[in-house]
Amino acid sequence: MITESDIEHIAELADIGISRDEMPEFAHQFNAILEYFSIIESVEGIGAPAAGAANVFREDEPRPCLPQEAVLANAGSTEGGFIKAPRVM
Amino acid sequence: MAGTLNFSPDDRYNAFITTCGEAPFGDGALAGIAVAVKDNISTAGIQTTCASRILAGYIPPYDAHVVELLRGAGAAIVGKTNMDEFGMGSTTGTSAFGPTKNPVDLDRVPGGSSGGSAAAVAAGLVPMALGTDAGGAIRCPAAFCGIVGFKPTSGRVSRYGLIAHTSSLEEIGPMAQTVEDVSRLLSVIARYDPRDSMMTDRPYDHRPSAEIKGLRVGIPAEYFGEGVDERIGEQVRSAIGVLEDLGAELVPVSIPGMRYALPAYSIICMSEASSNLARYDGVRYGPAVDTKKSWHEAYQDLRGEYLGVEARRRVLLGTLTLSAGYAGRYHAKALAARQNITRDFERAFSDVDIIAGPTMPTVAFRPDEVTDPLTLYRLDALTVPASLAGIPAISVPCGRVENLPVGLQLMGRRFEDERVIDVAFAYEQEGRA
Repeated sequence: MITESDIEHIAELADIGISRDEMPEFAHQFNAILEYFSIIESVEGIGAPAAGAANVFREDEPRPCLPQEAVLANAGSTEGGFIKAPRVM
Repeated sequence: MAGTLNFSPDDRYNAFITTCGEAPFGDGALAGIAVAVKDNISTAGIQTTCASRILAGYIPPYDAHVVELLRGAGAAIVGKTNMDEFGMGSTTGTSAFGPTKNPVDLDRVPGGSSGGSAAAVAAGLVPMALGTDAGGAIRCPAAFCGIVGFKPTSGRVSRYGLIAHTSSLEEIGPMAQTVEDVSRLLSVIARYDPRDSMMTDRPYDHRPSAEIKGLRVGIPAEYFGEGVDERIGEQVRSAIGVLEDLGAELVPVSIPGMRYALPAYSIICMSEASSNLARYDGVRYGPAVDTKKSWHEAYQDLRGEYLGVEARRRVLLGTLTLSAGYAGRYHAKALAARQNITRDFERAFSDVDIIAGPTMPTVAFRPDEVTDPLTLYRLDALTVPASLAGIPAISVPCGRVENLPVGLQLMGRRFEDERVIDVAFAYEQEGRA
């Protein structure tokens, strides 16, 4: 049973803002959706990632990359050729 | 004969998010042909939004591999088509730029998530378009709008430059009015590219052939069962009868793992989306994040404001299914179900060459008829199995129910995309004769 406080906790883990008003509906929908998912618990065994997939390696050699202006062009906030981000600590 | 194509469509369907009034083109296999590109595929210099407010105004600094190939073949890229936000939906109704209308009936949804591409082709605004398909997002709108849409074998078309939603499932594929045009577009985009590490070097160079005598066509009972409109079942059975008249042999097959397909698909898709969408933090692109707030606060506020409700719902569900206490119960089991269904198809394909059934369990509906998320997820029931197995699948129009288009879905063995195209071509030729 998923409660509104579970939703709040997951939203914090995912860094997704949700409003107080949305909580009851999310909780209600999540319970219905998880109940629907639960049939999967009766599948035998544990799966591995995509069948047939293998690691693909390449030599760690420098290759051409985008020019600095192109990298900065879409950033909302820049300063002195760098991208500005909020405080992490 | 390089030049510029003037493009000013009467887009009463809201099929496009961005149009290019003057689209340059060059020489090559698609010289001067107008091609529309779904708005989750990067186009250098042309806004690419994934139909999300969080990417509004984003101008990619580089082309996706398929776009490089289109330009190299001389195509005119005339616009970016509407879609469900990040591909999360089956109606094109979750777009931040408003819903797309179905050209067959403006009161109905075009399907999704590649609904803009399907509508643009169905309305005749462009002869060809690119879509993407993780669980049916090319085939569903192709069926609802009455056009042809093809999801290639996983690994046949590079996803370099496709904005990631569900990396282990999503493929880029062609959409057009005819199987021949779908095949033509595929032969341009299916070229090896080492930048997509899940690629296999199997270029597509094929001209459709309508010769299908002696072909064994599997009919899975699961595709005609509960939840599938009986009238659609009948329409599709009669289309399969056309293949029999052409010399194919019909064989009953079974895909028992299908009962787990939808929940497995939803869990894998949402888990991958929760990880892929973590990059939208308003730092490198998108609306500027408030750098005065703390990281988590700024990040949460921005994503709460700019991601739509379905995108947030799926990121939350994906975070939940990957979190401690749930990952073993849901994600690991979903991967096991995916392996089982892949084996079911392999077993079936040891006896038959092609598997046929309906593309969608219903015809196109009105936007207000289906709104509950769980009911919407269930609409993908017949398209997700081929996605989970990574096999090629096409939807080709096969008549109408209530005057709305029905799609015949044909699935083939891995890397037998050519055969799937041939069977669809044979049906189309006969159906139009």
